Amino acid sequence: MYRWLLCWRYLRTRYIALASVVSVMLGVATLIIVNSVMDGFTTEMQERMHGILSDVVIETHSANGMPNHPVFEEKIRKIAGDDLVGLTTVVHVPAMVAIDHRGENITRQINLIGIDMDSYADVSDFSKYLLHPENREQISFALRESGYAPDREQFPESGWVHRRRMAQFKKRMREMQRQLELEQERNTRLREEIDQAAQAAVSGHGLVSAPAAEPSEELAADHGLAFPETPEQFASPVASESTTDALADTDGPSVNALATRPEDVARVFDAEQEQHAGIVLGISIGSTRYRNEVGDVTDYYYVQPGDDVQVTFPSAGSMPTALNEYFTVVDFYESKMSEYDATFAFVDIGVLQQFRGMQDAVSSIQLKLREGADLNAVRDRLRAEFPPEMMLQVNTWRDLQGALLAAVQMETTILNILLFLIIAVAGFGILATFFMIVVEKTKDIGILKSLGASGAGVASIFLGYGVLLGAFGAGVGAVAGLVFVANINSIAGALEAVTGQEVFDPTVYYFETIPTIVHPAMVVWVTLGAIMIAVMASVLPSIRAARMHPVEALRYE
Amino acid sequence: MSSVSEVRPRRRIPSEQDLQSGLPAYDMLEIARPVDTKPEGCLLEAKQLFKAYRKNRHEVPVLKGCDFQARAGEMTAILGQSGSGKSTLLHLLGTLDAPDAGEIYFGGERIDNLSRRRRDQFRNSKLGMIFQFYHLLPEVTAFQNVLLPMMIQEGFWGYVRKRKQIHERSRCLLERVGLSHRLHHRPRELSGGEMQRAAIARALVASPALLLADEPTGNLDRATGNQILQLLRELNHESKLTIVMVTHDEQIAQRCDATIRLADGRIQAEG
Ligand SMILES: Nc1ncnc2c1ncn2[C@@H]1O[C@H](COP(=O)(O)OP(=O)(O)O)[C@@H](O)[C@H]1O
Ligand SMILES: [Mg+2]
Repeated sequence: MYRWLLCWRYLRTRYIALASVVSVMLGVATLIIVNSVMDGFTTEMQERMHGILSDVVIETHSANGMPNHPVFEEKIRKIAGDDLVGLTTVVHVPAMVAIDHRGENITRQINLIGIDMDSYADVSDFSKYLLHPENREQISFALRESGYAPDREQFPESGWVHRRRMAQFKKRMREMQRQLELEQERNTRLREEIDQAAQAAVSGHGLVSAPAAEPSEELAADHGLAFPETPEQFASPVASESTTDALADTDGPSVNALATRPEDVARVFDAEQEQHAGIVLGISIGSTRYRNEVGDVTDYYYVQPGDDVQVTFPSAGSMPTALNEYFTVVDFYESKMSEYDATFAFVDIGVLQQFRGMQDAVSSIQLKLREGADLNAVRDRLRAEFPPEMMLQVNTWRDLQGALLAAVQMETTILNILLFLIIAVAGFGILATFFMIVVEKTKDIGILKSLGASGAGVASIFLGYGVLLGAFGAGVGAVAGLVFVANINSIAGALEAVTGQEVFDPTVYYFETIPTIVHPAMVVWVTLGAIMIAVMASVLPSIRAARMHPVEALRYE
Repeated sequence: MSSVSEVRPRRRIPSEQDLQSGLPAYDMLEIARPVDTKPEGCLLEAKQLFKAYRKNRHEVPVLKGCDFQARAGEMTAILGQSGSGKSTLLHLLGTLDAPDAGEIYFGGERIDNLSRRRRDQFRNSKLGMIFQFYHLLPEVTAFQNVLLPMMIQEGFWGYVRKRKQIHERSRCLLERVGLSHRLHHRPRELSGGEMQRAAIARALVASPALLLADEPTGNLDRATGNQILQLLRELNHESKLTIVMVTHDEQIAQRCDATIRLADGRIQAEG
């Protein structure tokens, strides 16, 4: 009983000892904050990755893909059994996209992915990240009339509305240009005629006047090809018989893209009425994020749904050649994983297979397994079925992102070690403070021993003191940390306002707010660890107190 | 003896037996616990005690074959000059320190070679000690200081169970030593005399048979010192409490039943 009494008394009369646990407090708070934020980031990142990558991917190394994939699919269904809930086939190739922006070409290196509209949503969260609300429901590679990204004010008016406006604008520009060129043409011809006439007059022959009239007629008839550098004109050979009806027709684009019959070649592609095959671009491919004069985060779009882009990608076959095709941007894809947003571009799998001339071969088969299924077990069973000599690779999404996940894990571990070292340093502070308190209390220790208190009893006063201080420090630290985590975004906002420095820069992270997850077990472990350190730090002074000779202690003045 | 009636409030102090039996408390004669005094009334006896302090390989002999006897119910004074080893002897008698050689008997039982645990128990329940510098714990009140030995003795649950009786006895003892108006004061709010009274109450709370006092009046003016001596005398008379008191003051020694002179590490003569 006296232990509790004295322990409590010492605590009440020695507030300075609380100073020694401030560092424990800070250490615990920091540990909880850092872990929550790291967990938040990791979980968010993993969720996104997982959602995008599907559970298990069977990939081929062959550029020509796997032509016999239905056989594989059959096998996979048999092997995965009940675990399988979704399966889709994908074609992906490295590609380059060229965006025409104010007469300049912006080129980006991309990962061109051909997906099957119907089954892709079964394995991936892909559609969740599209901007048009209807595309989120059911992805379509047909351009929508308008209504993209209704939740963001800055997003420019896109879709057919934008496309028609641009097409009309370009047509007018073209007409004006043509007028200009015709004028120039006439001028040059006039000059030539004059020159020829002059020559003829000099040489004495009058034969040249008739052929000179022909070029002007030709030019007038061939107005459609006057400016090959404009996209619509250039692309016309690929353009199809699709008309205004195709707008309502969702599978129109794929039909468009495939139509390369000779009689179409002469047809003029009408950008006002028609679209190329649809492409969904990762949002960072077509836009850049910056801070305007006021300091707000703003997106600038080089291209928007309704515009056309040119994509260069390799053909299939033993001698791949670069293919150049036009696509119409039908939506943006924003997963907020900057790596994906900057490289992924999705087109219809059929279109891509057709362009590349790979029949219905695919590059990979992606599987979605039932919730709670053992991914590694399924992967291993599949690996056994598809040995390396088949040039097939079976991986889970974790395997694919292994390096990144391991790096994040490593980072978390190192941070935890460092922060725990801080608490350990705090432990030495407690040790020093406690030694001083024991020295200060030498007389009291002598008195207690003269009254019959045992060494263990005296030691437990100081041990209890350590436990109480540690618990206090860790408890306050834990509460402070949790409160901080709960209000982390407003705190970041306040810090921004005070310092003028962006704490959490959305231009970098693509998250609007700082994601946090608090694992109760983590909080408990951190708190217990800190208390343990405080207790360990008070063990030495306690032993010293227990060993103290009562007579020495009593003579101490 | 006129001052006796002044400081004596007639209240019954529950003794240790009361606490255990739960019987109604009887008179304060029972402050001290009766102990078997085997060799004809001799409560405390020391034979040929040797004690030396080692200081940087230098041996400083303090006690060189010191014999000592204190009879039960008497007040024995140990007289000697400063530095003659009185405190050292008292610490040995109180098992706070162990002699280099020699034996100490309490009620016929040898106590100098007891285990650490038994010695703690002995100090706690058979022995009360007071000092020149009072040695109260500065952090807690006079009342809590008095409670300490009982808290140590009973442990947490025992204390909780007997809390009422223990508090009652402590309060009565403080009243008996004349401190009823200073129960909840910290030591630093008390005068020297009051602190020594609190220390006496604390020494007696566990109903010991023996009180060891190391110059209890050494830090007090004569008048206050006399009051303290008077109090000790009364306690000795009323309850046959055996007291061994160290002093360097002849006058004080004369008021005791027996005097032992300590010089050159030995007992010189008995008076
Ligand atoms: N811890 C110690 N170390 C060395 N010498 C000591 C120690 N304690 C006491 N002494 C010496 O022992 C002698 C006796 O001390 P003490 O018993 O306190 O004398 P008294 O109480 O009679 O004044 C003194 O000379 C003192 O210096
Ligand atoms: Mg002394």
